[in-house]
Amino acid sequence: MAYQLLRFALASRHPETRMFRTPDRLGETYDVVVIGAGGHGLAAAYYLARDHGVRKVAVLDRGYIGGGNTGRNTTIIRSNYLTPEGVAFYDQSVSLWQDLAQDFDLNLFYSTRGHYTLAHTDSAVRTMRWRAEVNKHLGVRSELVGPEEVKRACPRIDLDCGGHAPILGALFHAPGAIARHDAVAWGYGRGASQRGVEIHQQTEVTGIDVEAGRVKGVHTTRGYVSTRKVLCAVAGFTPRVTHMVGIRTPIYVHPLQAMVSEPMKPWLDPILVSGSLHVYVSQSARGELVMGASLDPYEVQSTRSTLDFTEGLAAHMLDMFPFLSHVRVNRQWAGMADMTPDFAPVMGKTPVEGFYLDAGWGTWGFKATPVCGKTMSYTVATDRTHELIRAFSLSRFERYELTGEKGAASVGH
Amino acid sequence: MKLLRCPVNGARPVSEFVYGGEVREMPGDACTDAEWADYVFNRSGIPGVKIEWWYHVASGTWFLAKRDVAADHVLQTWLPGEEVPE
Repeated sequence: MAYQLLRFALASRHPETRMFRTPDRLGETYDVVVIGAGGHGLAAAYYLARDHGVRKVAVLDRGYIGGGNTGRNTTIIRSNYLTPEGVAFYDQSVSLWQDLAQDFDLNLFYSTRGHYTLAHTDSAVRTMRWRAEVNKHLGVRSELVGPEEVKRACPRIDLDCGGHAPILGALFHAPGAIARHDAVAWGYGRGASQRGVEIHQQTEVTGIDVEAGRVKGVHTTRGYVSTRKVLCAVAGFTPRVTHMVGIRTPIYVHPLQAMVSEPMKPWLDPILVSGSLHVYVSQSARGELVMGASLDPYEVQSTRSTLDFTEGLAAHMLDMFPFLSHVRVNRQWAGMADMTPDFAPVMGKTPVEGFYLDAGWGTWGFKATPVCGKTMSYTVATDRTHELIRAFSLSRFERYELTGEKGAASVGH
Repeated sequence: MKLLRCPVNGARPVSEFVYGGEVREMPGDACTDAEWADYVFNRSGIPGVKIEWWYHVASGTWFLAKRDVAADHVLQTWLPGEEVPE
């Protein structure tokens, strides 16, 4: 430690290499421009450079790396979804997550905890059974467990939930995990940067040139770049970008809020989710409880947070854990969730040639980061829709072929 | 607690209201499948001032509101069929 300090004090230049190169100016032309330097955008850039040999890639962001929903989620990773398309997709993501830290040579604090989705009503038990059977059929480890098993995994829980929402059972998903979300963006960013990808922060896209149905270039606050391929991975800003190319989408934006408590000794090992009480909670490596609830009930396109949310979530937390009544909330925040009518994402090609979407990630995008990077980089590099994302195309709406993914976070069913 | 002005009951806490979505023009019977899909699914997702349906649950009142969806400021509220207040 002392030696490290001395080395930093005596060095005339910063002795450690930086995580990312910071190019001083935008180039004139790129093979691919990725809008959005969050997990999804950087993962796509990383796999484009690593797996597809596309090196002339620029990632543009109006803010900073991982400053959007990548740094605003509650870091839960799972694959216990309801539709076969959803399960196959997220399961691929979970297996990619498991060796990502090796891949990056960076500690992601990936921690497999087990994930319990609590059922407080008979109909919820029925849905949990359904999800468990779909999962097992597709080779994903999920099972229905009784309240005694919940109590064993989390002895501090009040199984009656204050008397008004007794826990009747739970869907247990063993691979459920949490990870440090900033590190995911940094890992992908560093890996991409090392392979020649340019990351331009504080570079807002102000317009996209489309000629004869083809992408020509991108206008930014730091100048114009010409490119034939644009990948849009901007979560809650998606409608603003699709508006630039004249595409209409079913995406609507609601805020999703979350908060953390002050740190305490470890007492909560698994991740607990209650759809009825609108709570999901896990304890981070720092000892803070990371808590989230359901979407705000109406459209707001900003990241404001509200006292109503804190009061509501705290009340439901106390239903489950009355002993937390003296614990303080440390901070709260919001992200802009890009929601779709069927709770499945919108991915792949669009009516504008060369304009690719990785959007509609609403409240369920973090866990999909690696597989989105993989599948979108394939789609962008080859201009062919990857097999795993066929069910998520934008054109499914005009064909009335919705995907109906109701296993998403905090969605009642 | 945020307040919203119901045209019948005056200012009430926003928790008494349900959001009904943006007001949209329904296409006529002669529309194509694609036009109908556009009406059913697609939304004007960009921020701005929008006219929306809101419902006051306690009194069963549907009404219209003009709201800036970026700032979350309600500018006006009125009942359907009424003149839009200035």
